[in-house]
Parts: sequence; structure tokens; C-alpha cells
Amino acid sequence: MDAVRERDATAQENVRLSMRVNGEEVDVLFAPYKTLLEVLREDLDLTGTKHGCELGECGACAVLVDGEPVLSCLALALDCEGREIETVEGLARGPELHPLQAAFADLGAAQCGYCTPGILMTAKALLAAEPAPSRERIKEAISGNLCRCTGYQQIFEAVEEAARQMRDEGGAR
Amino acid sequence: MSARTRFNVIGKPRRRVDGRAKVTGQTRFADDIKLPRMLHCKILRSPLPHARIESIDVARAEAHPGVHLVLTGKDFPVTYGMMPVSQDEYPLAPERVRYVGDPVAAVIARDEQTAAQALDLIDVRYQPLKTIATIEEALATPEPRIHDYGERGNIHRNQSYEFGDVEEALAHADHVFEDVFFFEGNTHLPIEQHAAVATVDADGKLTLWSSTQVPHYLHRALSRALQFPAAHIRVIACPNGGGFGGKCDLHNHEIVVSRAALRLGRPVKICLSREEVFYMHRGRHPVLMKMRTGVTRDGRLTGMSVQTLLDGGGYGGYGAASTFYTGVLQPVTYELPRYRFDAARVFTNKPACGPKRGHGTPQPRFGQEVQLDKIAERLGMDPAELRLNIVAKPNSLTANWLRIGSIGLAECIHKVVDASGWKDKHRKLPEGRGIGIACAAYLSGAGVSIYWNKMPHSGVQLLLDRSGQVTVFCGATEIGQGSDDVLAAIVAEVLGIDAFDVRCVTGDTGITPVDLGSYSSRVTVMMGNAAIQAAERVRELIADAAADELDVLPERVVFARGQVFASEDPSKTMSFREAVAFAETKYGTLGSVGSYSPPKAPGRYKGAGVGPSPAYSYTACVVEVDVDPITGWITVPKVWVAHDIGRTINPVLARGQVEGSIYMGLGEALMEEQVFRRLPPKLSNALVHKIPSLLEYKSLTSLDMPEVETILVEDPDPNCPFGAKEVGQGPLLPVMPAVANAVFDAVGVRIDEVPITPDKILAALAKKAKGEVARVGPDRFPDVPYPEPIFVLPPSEGGDGNATKAPHRDEPARHKEAAAS
Repeated sequence: MDAVRERDATAQENVRLSMRVNGEEVDVLFAPYKTLLEVLREDLDLTGTKHGCELGECGACAVLVDGEPVLSCLALALDCEGREIETVEGLARGPELHPLQAAFADLGAAQCGYCTPGILMTAKALLAAEPAPSRERIKEAISGNLCRCTGYQQIFEAVEEAARQMRDEGGAR
Repeated sequence: MSARTRFNVIGKPRRRVDGRAKVTGQTRFADDIKLPRMLHCKILRSPLPHARIESIDVARAEAHPGVHLVLTGKDFPVTYGMMPVSQDEYPLAPERVRYVGDPVAAVIARDEQTAAQALDLIDVRYQPLKTIATIEEALATPEPRIHDYGERGNIHRNQSYEFGDVEEALAHADHVFEDVFFFEGNTHLPIEQHAAVATVDADGKLTLWSSTQVPHYLHRALSRALQFPAAHIRVIACPNGGGFGGKCDLHNHEIVVSRAALRLGRPVKICLSREEVFYMHRGRHPVLMKMRTGVTRDGRLTGMSVQTLLDGGGYGGYGAASTFYTGVLQPVTYELPRYRFDAARVFTNKPACGPKRGHGTPQPRFGQEVQLDKIAERLGMDPAELRLNIVAKPNSLTANWLRIGSIGLAECIHKVVDASGWKDKHRKLPEGRGIGIACAAYLSGAGVSIYWNKMPHSGVQLLLDRSGQVTVFCGATEIGQGSDDVLAAIVAEVLGIDAFDVRCVTGDTGITPVDLGSYSSRVTVMMGNAAIQAAERVRELIADAAADELDVLPERVVFARGQVFASEDPSKTMSFREAVAFAETKYGTLGSVGSYSPPKAPGRYKGAGVGPSPAYSYTACVVEVDVDPITGWITVPKVWVAHDIGRTINPVLARGQVEGSIYMGLGEALMEEQVFRRLPPKLSNALVHKIPSLLEYKSLTSLDMPEVETILVEDPDPNCPFGAKEVGQGPLLPVMPAVANAVFDAVGVRIDEVPITPDKILAALAKKAKGEVARVGPDRFPDVPYPEPIFVLPPSEGGDGNATKAPHRDEPARHKEAAAS
């Protein structure tokens, strides 16, 4: 009934690799079949990144790999040697929320909050590339992230508000 | 309190109190829990839709390295079920499976992978039984019975109610409209897959964390199913990553991991795969319905007869309630002097259906609102005007004895008509573009608990101390809707402090007072009223102590903006913290409780317990569509919605609930369907879910979502906290019929079933081109052996709320006067 069972059942030895996660060097030892999602959640205890399908369909697991949004449920952790990974845990600067986080919290863009980390990361990549995206561009950018709660409107507005904030502050962060 | 109109917290747009946790990834969902020595569970599920289990051999699985425990039906001798009348499920099926996905065995192992591997080593021998796939097959196939209880054959529930002589009302109408509609099933699709973690505490007691909307009911069910004392079970509802009703039922895996943890003395976790979530379902029932409605030539309803037939799937679940809900709420929206409903639910070999946002009411709402559109068309009336003329009266009793309080529906209709430019658009837009309207009403909490008792529906406890901190405890469950925020806001309003100064401890049966859970749109009203009572009780103590210090009468003490001061002389003031310290000095440790029970319902006939609510919310919705006549493709450029919320607690959240409802309603209207297919005969011929994936089960993406203009109408209801009614479910209801009515306005075809897909548009357009009836929908309503109705005289005809003898059918003149009124 699920993907786990279809994987190679033969036990393999754990592998070790280094990546930068949220600006910190990490060494991690894990089973080689594991996805980036699984390593983040299970081996690094970064449970802010969520899963909704583990098949690349919902976008809940989106993280940034070298600045690009990637579905971590489809990425093998083995392929991330030396890469720069950013997750929702790395968004805030100390206690200060990232403008996207503040806008999402203030404007109702997070209801249950489950799809939120994936959308925040996707939106971060969008604003890094396009500081002043149109509503249509925002819709396109997050069209791979399913949200069942909000009806998306408050998400669009929060991304727009964060973009304004970041432009006022003088650029992406 | 409700009469107040000036507020410091209520009605102000605010960041929700749990907003920061949600945007930092710190909200701890069930699958985020990781405990030392934790094991993992996977469940083996039936590959056949209907079969007898001849044998289960778990020896090879038990011997598999890393496996700690294998459980089967033998380990669960006791049934469970949400409704007292439907205790028909086993956590693991002992001898019979009733749908593809029915749980048969469970493996608990060191990790998920090992558990999954061991599932393949379990040998189950099945003896297939005849599969019952559809409503029609269930009616035509009394044997084999899917369950050995129920009305008869494969009819699970079967009931009829008549409020006044409906046939006579129809006979005296100027027109009688008869229509058959079908509403396909669909599912909740929360992005969070269900997860649960059970552990045995250091003191030997069981704790279960679960993505559940109903920790209290789960607590009761666990005690029964495990035969373990309830006082030694603690259920903690984790914040849900979306619920929509899908986490309202009791789930087999919650009981399985609990048993496993008790057996092993170690934490056991399960997280369902997405495919398993589709098979868990408990979502929208497919409903076939027939509506006969009598109207006068000026568009007033004289009587209505609704027949519904629900495809329940393999188990009871909430189905007994769902069946009632296809009937009981029709009279709440419009004046309807006489009303009859016949409702039956059948068992089929599919995942059980249950409550999804709107529970049982979106289906008949679709039928009624589309039929009203047809009525307006035939009478040459504007469908918005027709509805305005017949809006139910505030402070009235419906034909079926439901007490209506405030109604802001007329204002809602005016608002969406004005905002959408309805009068310039309806029947005036170019071919291919159209506009439609529909309305609805919904409960603000079910008036009766799932199991019969006279105890409160919600309890709230407050703890304060000299530091000024306020902690509020309540069993209510945060499923994303903002339950914690409403709780904090109400306590803060009463105590004159900021919502962020209130700490919420919720959804934990071990430490919070009972609240029945996040279902039936009950939380704001029930938890809110309990919270007001608790907060007012403790405020009285604080006011009394502060009055001594301020040298004023306690009645003159005001709480606002973190200060406690004299109303006539604001210079006599102290901080809230100081006031609490004085109160602790005077009265000792400070705390209070509040509780809430809904008002007694006026109906006294058997079955009158389903439908009553402390208050009803009202919604009007206008949808505009573009229909491409070549492809049948429907796009929705804009939706206007006005919702009578009574009073808005936090406008940011209220708007989110409305727009989320519109989103989900558009999905149901245009694409979402929980449908099944047969595997090829050379495989098993089994009845399986057609599209159990988030990609293939189509839902609206950000690119599909139209602009929504949301208008909140405030008609405060005296039964509600500060007048606040529900907002989470009602706004979904009018969306599907408004789309259907807009499609008719656009291209002149009637799609009398949901979802309204391009192939149906093209089929209807082809009929229209051939001069046939331009309609797609069910052709007939089957003969259902409904019982003789329970007859109740409506309040307007002198009834007392009790069932009475039905009028003689051969004396049609008997109620003539009443029918003409």
C-alpha cells in the first residue's frame, strides 16, 4: 500500500555526509535510501518541514537547496552532499520573524499551519528572484503547494505584504 | 455580556495567538512527536472489498528481525463506534472485511520500513463475498448483509418524518416542482496525514497523542475498546493539520497503537500514508435525492417533501447522524409551513462515509437551491428576490420544531446582490458567461451530545496568580480554525487584558475540562459561553479585591487594556497584575470554572435531538462563471459571499474560514470526487478507490482559486458569546448550487448533480442542440421502502412538539386553512 514497502528491503549500511543546514555545517549518519525529508525530520529533528504525500504531489515538504525550492520528499539525501539547505527553522533571525513569517501570521495566511513551511520556503525563493512579483506570479510560484484551509487569498496577500516590507528594508534576506 | 457593543479585543483584526508557532514550524503535530525507545506501526489492510477471513498466519512476520509485536483481530474482542447505535467496528477485523482498506493486522517494529516488510509476511486467507458497490445494488441485494444489524437487508438507517400534511399542502399549491439530484461523495483531504503516538507513562497509565478533532469521544472509545479504565487514559489532541471532519471519527489505528503500547510498555507511533488516508475517508456521503416542493404563484413555499438516499460505505460511523442531517435543516433557511423528509442510508463495500464540513446538509442544500432557481425561472421571478421574500423569521419555530434566533440572511442577500452587480448581470450577460445565487443556514453547534447525557458540552477552567498570568484550560481542539485564539480572545476581553497574555492549554483529557470537540461548528458558541462564565466569575473576585484598594464599589471597577480602574475616576487605577495579587491576598489561590449546555430543544418527538442548535448562521453567495461551449470548461472569475456571523471575534480568522469554505465548496462543485472502480477480473475484480492520490484527486490550486469578496454581516445572537455564531461550515453550503445556477445562466443547461464537470456540460449542450431537455442528472429516484412517517403538527398548526396521529389522507380539507396561511 505504500512506497516504503516497494523500496529495496535489503539492509544497507548507513552513510555519512555533510551539508549546510540553515547556515550550520552538519554531519549526519543515515540509511542511504532516505530522502532529504526523512533525514531532516528523523535524523536532524527538524520537524518544521512537513509531508502530505511523500510522492511530490502536495508541496508541504518544500525546502530550499542552494536557494531553489525542492520537494524534499523526492530528493535523495545522498544527493545533498555539500549543499546549502534552508528550512523553515532557518527563516527567523534569532527571535525576529522573517517578513514572510510575520505577514503570514498577521494576515491569516496560516490556518492549520501544516502547508505553511513549504509555502514560506517557496515564497522566499520567489522573492529572492523577483522582489516585486505580480499576483499572477505569486499564484504560479505556489501552485505546487496545496493548502486546504485558506482558499489561498490571504496567502497571496501575505506574500505581497512581505515583499513590500522587504523592499522597504532594502532587499531580500 | 452579549449586549455589549464596545470591545477591546473582540472584533479587532489580530495575529492569532498561535500564529507564531505556525509560521516557525514549531506547532507540534502528531507525527512530529518522537519519544525515546519509540517503535513504529504499520497496518495490513484488506485487498478485497467484502470477504470472510478464513485464517491469518503471522508466524513469519513475528519472526522477522526488528519486529516486536504482531496484532490481529484476536487482540481486540470489543467493538467500537462513534454513535451509540453503531458500535460496529473492530480495530482489526476478526472475521470479516467490508471494504478494501479494512484493517486486518498490525506490525510494530523498530522502524516503519521493517514494519512494512513484515506486513508482506502475514498470510491471510480470504473467502470472497459478493461485493455491493452502489446504492442501487444495496437496495436490490438484501443478502449477504454487510452488517447483521440495521433496518433490513443492507439498509442501515431508514426514517420518515412529516410535519403537517405535506400532500395536502402540495395539492393546494399553484405549482409543484419535482426534481431528482445527485451529490457525489468527496473527501476532506487534509494535508496532514493522520498520525498517533501511544505510550505508557512512568506510572503505568496510557497517553495517546493523535491528530483528532474529538479527544473526549476518543477517550471514551479507547476505554471501551481496550477495556481499560478511562481514568488511566489521557488523550491529547495535537493541533490538526486540517480536519474538515476527517479527524472527527474514531480511527482504528488510534486503538491499535494504544493496545500495542500497553502490551509492549514502549511508545508506538503510526502515520498513515496518503493512500491510507483516502481509504480512511469518513467523508461526504454520496446522496441521491428527490425534492417535491409546492409554491404559490408569487413564489412562497407551501410545503416540501425531501427524500434522500445515502451511500454509507462499510460502517456506521456518524452515519446515523448524517442521515438525519440530510433532512433536518431545510426548514431553517426559508419559511416552510409544512415539511416531510424520508431518509435512508445503505451499507456498501466502500470506505465508510461520515461528516465533512457541512455534515449531511450540503447535498440537500444543493438540491433545494437549484430547485429554487428553477422555480424562479418558471415563475418569471428574480431568484434573489424570490429568496428575499421567503427568508425565515427571526425568533421563530420551524415546522420541525427548531428554534431560530437571529437571522441576518436578508442583509446577506442584499449585500451580495449589490456587491456583485447582480441586477445588471443576471440573464443579461453574454452567452457563455453567467451568474448564480444560493443561500444556506447552518448549526452553531449540535444541541445534543453524541451520547445521551445531561452534562455540560463545554467546560473552561481558569488559573491566575500573583504574577498576573492567566492560564485557560479547555478540552476544545485546535484544528486550524482558531479555537485557541477564540478562547484567549474571549477570556482577554472579559479580563481587560491582551489575548497574548492568556496561555491556552487545550485538547488534553488529562488536564482540561471536557469539551466535546471540534465538530458541528460548536466551539465558538459552546466553549465561548463557558469561557465567559469562567472569566466573569474570577473577574468578580478580582474586582472585589481591587475595589477595596481603589475605595470604590466593586460594580464600579472596570477592566480594560491591562488596567483595573474606577469607572468614574480613571485616576484610581492599578495594573491587572496588581489587582490579581490583591485578589490572591484576599481570597487565596485564584481560579474559576465555567460550563455551557445548549438550551433545551422545543421538539419532543423521537429524533428531535438532531437539528437543534443554540443559533444558526446564514450565508448568501453569488458565483460568476465562464463556460466554454467547445470544451465545457468552467472558470470562476469571482465569488461574492456574505455570512451572518452574529459577531466577529477576529476578522482575520473569520475571513479565512469563509474563504476556505468557498475554496472547498468550489472543489466540490467542479472537480472533487471520491469514486471507485473495479480492478480487472484477472486481478481481483476488487472495488478500489479510483484516484487515491493528491495529484489525481483534483482540488483547486492557487491558480484555480478565484477572487472572493467576503462580507461579514453581524446580527448578534443572544445565545452566543458576544453574539458570535459559527463561520467554519455554513459558507461552504451555497457554493455548489450557486455554481450550478450560474452555469444555467451562462449556457442554459441544468446540471443536477455534483461535481459539475466539462463532460456533463458538453452532454447537456448536445441535448440542448437536439431540442431535448438540456439537463444532466439522475433520471429517477429508486423505490425505497421508507417507513410510515412519524407525524408531528407544526407549531403554527397547534402542535405541542410531540408526535401525533397522522391526519386521514382521505380528508384533504382538514388543514386547508393552515395551508393557505
